[in-house]
Amino acid sequence: MRYLPLTDADRRSMLATIGVPSIDSLYRDVPDAARLDAPIDGLPLHAGEMEVERAISAMAARNVPASDVPCFLGAGAYRHHVPATVDYLIQRGEFLTSYTPYQPEVSQGTLQVLFEFQTQVALITGMDVANASMYDGATACAEAVLMANRVTRRNRAVLSGGLHPHYRDTVRTLARFIGFSLDEAEADAAGTEDLAARIDGETSCLVVQTPSVFGHLTDLGPLAEACRAKGVLLIAVVAEIVSLGLLKPPGAMGADIVAAEGQSIGNGLNFGGPHVGLFAARTKHVRQMPGRLCGETVDVDGRRGFVLTLSTREQHIRREKATSNICTNSGLCALAFTIHLSLLGEDGFRQLAKVNHARAVRLADRLAGLPGVSVLNTGFFNEFTVRLDRPAAPVVDALAERGVLAGVPVSRLYPERPDLADLLLVAATETVTDDDEDALLAALRETLR
Amino acid sequence: MSTLYFTTDHEWIRVEDGVGTVGITDYAQQQLGDIVFVELPEAGRQAEKGGEIAVVESVKAASEVYAPVTGEIVEANAALVESPAAVNESPGEDGWFFKIKIANPAELDEMMDQAAYDEFVAGLD
Amino acid sequence: MNTQGRPTRGAETGASNGETITGNRGLMMEEPLIFEADTPGACGVDLAEPVTADRRLGGLEREGPVGLPGLTEPQVVRHYTRLSQQNLGIDTTMYPLGSCTMKHNPRINEKLARLPGFASLHPMQPMSTVQGALALIDALADWLKRLTGMPAVAMTPGAGAHGELCGMMAIRAALEHHGQTDRTHVLVPESAHGTNPATAAALGFTVDRIPATDEGRVDLAAFKERLDDGVAAIMLTNPNTCGLFEGDIVDIADALHAAGGYFYCDGANFNAIVGRVRPGDLGIDAMHINLHKTFSTPHGGGGPGSGPVVLSDALAPFAPIPSVVHGPEGLRLAEQTEGETAHSLGRLKGFHGQMGMFVRALAYILSHGADGLRQAAGDAVLNANYLLARLGEELTAPFPGPCMHEVLFDDHFLKDTGVTTLDMAKALVDEGFHPMTMYFPLVVHGALLVEPTESESKATLDAFADTVLALARRAKAGDAEYFAGAPYLTPRRRLDETAAARKPILRWTPPAPESQAAE
Repeated sequence: MRYLPLTDADRRSMLATIGVPSIDSLYRDVPDAARLDAPIDGLPLHAGEMEVERAISAMAARNVPASDVPCFLGAGAYRHHVPATVDYLIQRGEFLTSYTPYQPEVSQGTLQVLFEFQTQVALITGMDVANASMYDGATACAEAVLMANRVTRRNRAVLSGGLHPHYRDTVRTLARFIGFSLDEAEADAAGTEDLAARIDGETSCLVVQTPSVFGHLTDLGPLAEACRAKGVLLIAVVAEIVSLGLLKPPGAMGADIVAAEGQSIGNGLNFGGPHVGLFAARTKHVRQMPGRLCGETVDVDGRRGFVLTLSTREQHIRREKATSNICTNSGLCALAFTIHLSLLGEDGFRQLAKVNHARAVRLADRLAGLPGVSVLNTGFFNEFTVRLDRPAAPVVDALAERGVLAGVPVSRLYPERPDLADLLLVAATETVTDDDEDALLAALRETLR
Repeated sequence: MSTLYFTTDHEWIRVEDGVGTVGITDYAQQQLGDIVFVELPEAGRQAEKGGEIAVVESVKAASEVYAPVTGEIVEANAALVESPAAVNESPGEDGWFFKIKIANPAELDEMMDQAAYDEFVAGLD
Repeated sequence: MNTQGRPTRGAETGASNGETITGNRGLMMEEPLIFEADTPGACGVDLAEPVTADRRLGGLEREGPVGLPGLTEPQVVRHYTRLSQQNLGIDTTMYPLGSCTMKHNPRINEKLARLPGFASLHPMQPMSTVQGALALIDALADWLKRLTGMPAVAMTPGAGAHGELCGMMAIRAALEHHGQTDRTHVLVPESAHGTNPATAAALGFTVDRIPATDEGRVDLAAFKERLDDGVAAIMLTNPNTCGLFEGDIVDIADALHAAGGYFYCDGANFNAIVGRVRPGDLGIDAMHINLHKTFSTPHGGGGPGSGPVVLSDALAPFAPIPSVVHGPEGLRLAEQTEGETAHSLGRLKGFHGQMGMFVRALAYILSHGADGLRQAAGDAVLNANYLLARLGEELTAPFPGPCMHEVLFDDHFLKDTGVTTLDMAKALVDEGFHPMTMYFPLVVHGALLVEPTESESKATLDAFADTVLALARRAKAGDAEYFAGAPYLTPRRRLDETAAARKPILRWTPPAPESQAAE
C-alpha cells in the first residue's frame, strides 16, 4: 500500500520492542464480539492510483460542469474566474497540510494570512473587525442571529422575505433546537416589504440580505436607524460578495453585523461546498463574536508576530459556556479568498464588480425584449428575477437539455409557493460571454414559443 | 471598621456599613495567570448568593466569579475594564470587582476568615 | 596555475551573530503585510471593460475607495510563497498533534477534487446534469455505512463539531417525536473533547460530568448510578481522548438503552479502529466522522472539514436535509421536509455538504480498500504503542498500554526540573518536529498527547523518540534556562499572548497621516 511506510520487517521489530505478538493483540481492550478478524466482507480491496482516477473520473464525466456551458445560475453560489495563481498557492504543502495555528512559532504563515483575511473582510464590508471565517454564508447568518441574541439578551429575530431560503432554514433549525423565536416575512419577490414595522423592543435582530435572493437592493440606512431606536441589531447578509466592489458596504449603512458568503472570491462552485463564510462586526461586540480570531502581538525579541487570540470564547476552553460549538474555520477557502482578493486589489475588485453588473444589465434588457418574459427588478447587481409566461422549472429543464443552464427556478427554493412558480433567478458574471447570452436568448425564445 | 471574609471559590468580601467589596484572592489570580479581561455586572443588578455575577479571563482560561452573598450591585470597578492587570498586581485592593449591598448579613457567617482561608488554601496542594 | 573562476578552497568557519542587514536569515524571509506592500494602481488581474456603462444600482453605489492594496501577480506569488515558508505542514515534517490526525494527504485526491465535473458544478443545477456527483455522494455514504455498520448517514455537516450538533439535534428531535421532552440531561465524561459539552449546552441540555477511573476510562459504576429517566444521551469518544479504547462500551450502551437514552459517539478517533471495529456493533445511535482525520482530507490550516454523521434506525428519520435519494429517474436531492424527510431536523448549512471533501475522502477510501484501511488503522496503533515503549524510558505515562492511535504522557517526569510541558514542546520545534498536543486531555497534569499516525516510517519514529528522550534527559539534568527560551530558530520566538488578548489588534489599519502623527 503506497501510503504506508512500515515494512513487514519494521512491524515485526516494533512489535518485539513493544513486547506483543501481533497488531491484533494491541486491540485487546475491544470486546471480542466486536473485533473483526479480517477486512469487512463485500468491500473492494486497495487499488492503484490509475484505477482510482479512472473510477472517480467516470463519475465526474456524468455531470455537466457549469464551466463548460452557458451558465446563469446564482442563488447563493456564483461562477467566477479564479486565477491559476490562487490554486497553485493554496496547494503549497505548508498551507495545505498544516493545521489550526495553535503553535504560533511554526504557523506564522497561516496566522499572517488570517490577519490579512480579517482586514480584507473588514474593509470590503465597511466593518471594524472580522473573524477568521465560518463554514459558509448560511451558517455565518445563523451564528450572527445567535450573537445578536447574546448581545441584546432578547430572543426574537426578524427575517426579511429577501433572505435566501437556505439561510432562513438554517436559522430556523437553530431557532427550533436552541430555542428562540422567529418572525419570518413572506417571500419578497417584488422587493417592496416594510421591515421597520416588524421590529419592537423584544426584537434581538433584523436580518436583511442585500442584494436579496431575488436580486433587489436595499438601502439599509433607514432600517439601521429604526433598529437603533429600539435597541435591535441589524444583520446584513451578503450572498454575492463581489457586489461590494460596486455597492455601498453594509458597514457604511449602519449594519451591526455582516454575515456573508465568500465563495465568489477565490473559490469554486464545488457543488455547494466547501465555501467560506465571512463574519464581521463592531469592535464593541468583539467578545461576543463566534469563531477564531487572529491578533497582532510581538515575540520575546520584540518582533511583530501573530497569534490566535480571545480564544477563551471558544469551545476548547469555555466548553459548555462557549459562544459557539464551532471548532474549525474554513481555513484553506479563506486563504484562497485572500490570495484572489490580493490579486484583484483595489482596482481589480471594483472593476470585477463593474464587469459583472454590466453583463447583468445588458442581459436583463435583452431578456425583457423577449415575448413572455418580464424583469421584476428595478435595481440589482449581477442577478435578477424574471417572470415567464409559464412555470419556470420545466423551462429550465428543457434548456438544460439544450446545453444551457438558464438559472434557478424559484419553485426549487419556495416549493410551497405555487404563485411564484413562474419566476426564474438569472445571474450573469464576468464569465458570461456574448455567445453565452445569445445561446440563452435563442434557447429561451424557442422554448417559450 | 471593616471585616474580611473568604469563600471556597476564592473570592474575598470586605464588609463595611452593610456594603461588601468583592474580589478574587491572590491564590486565585496566581492560578489563572495573566488576567486579560474582566466582565463586570452593571449597577442595580440583583445578585443571588452563589450565582454567576462576573467573568475573569486569562489567555488560556475563563472563570466565573460567583456572588458571595445575595444583594444588589451598587458599583463595578470600571478601571478593571481598561487595566485587567490590576487583578494580578493588586488582587486585594485595586483589583476589586464590584460592591454589593448585602441583603442578608447572616450569609456572611458561613464564610471563612483570613486564618481559615489560609489553612484551606494550604490544604489544596 | 588556474587564476580564473571561483575560489575552490573551503569556507572558513567564520563568526556571525546571526544579524543581517535585511532581517532575512538565509532562506527565511521577513515579509510585510500585503497592505504594507501597496503600489496604488497595480493590479494582479487583467479584466475586460464592462459591456455597458448603464447602471441599475438604485443610488446605492459605493462612495470612495475600499482600501485594498494594489499588487501585480509576481508580487502576490512571492508574498504568499514566503508566508507559506513560515509554516510547518505534514509535507514538511512529522506532525504528531494528538487528537488531530495529521496524516499524509495524497495529491491524487487534490487532482480529482479539481475535476470540472465536481469543482465546477453549481449546487442548483438540474438533477439530470449532476447524476455523477449524486452517485459519488451515495457511494461515499455507502462506504461510511458499511465501515461503521450503521444503517443511515447524514452527509451535510460541515465539520466534526457541526456533525456533533447534527447528531445531538437528531436525538432531540427523536425525543420530541416520542414525547420525551423531560429527558434533559446529557452525560459527558471528564476526558471529552471541549466540543461535546459545548454542543450539548448549546442545544439546551444540562451537562453532567461522568468521572474517569484510574485506568483513564469511564467509571461504569458512576455512570450506571447516574442513569435515570431524565437522561437524554451520553456523549462518549471512543477510542477516548486519552488514546484508550473504552472496553465497557457495550455495557454502557446496554445500560443506557435500557434506561431509554441515546448513545452519541464522538467519532473523532475512528481512524484507530476503521476496518477493525464497527461502531454499529457496539450499540451506538449516532457518530460523526471527521473526513479530514480518518479519511485524510487536508487540514488546510484549519478547515474546511467535513463531518458526516452515521445514524441508527431510531434516529435515521430525523436526519437533516438535503439528502440523496433514489428515485425512478435516478438519484435526486430531497431538499424539503416532506415525504420521506417529513421528520427531518431541517437544514444545517447552505447547500448539500462539503462535496470537495467527499471526492477526496472517496479517493482515499478506494485507494486503501477494505484491507488497506484496516492496515492503516493497525499501523497507526502500532506506531503509537512503539512510541509508548520507546519514550517510556524517560517519560511518564499515566495509564498502562496498550494504547490506540495516540499515546498520552503526563508531566510527572518533569517534576522539580523547572521545565514545563510547554517548554518541551517548544524545544521540539527547534529540532524540526511539530509539537504534540499539550495540556489536553485535562484529566492528567501537563498532558503531552502524541499521535504519530500510520504515515510515519520507523526511521522517523526513531528520530523523534531519540530527540524527545534527549530533551527529557536534558531537562532532568537541570537545563531549565535553555527550555524557557525555546524556540530559538523559528521565524518568530515565543509570542506575547497576554498582550494580544489585553489590547486586541485584529486588523491592519492605515498609518495616521503625518500631520496627525506629529501631534
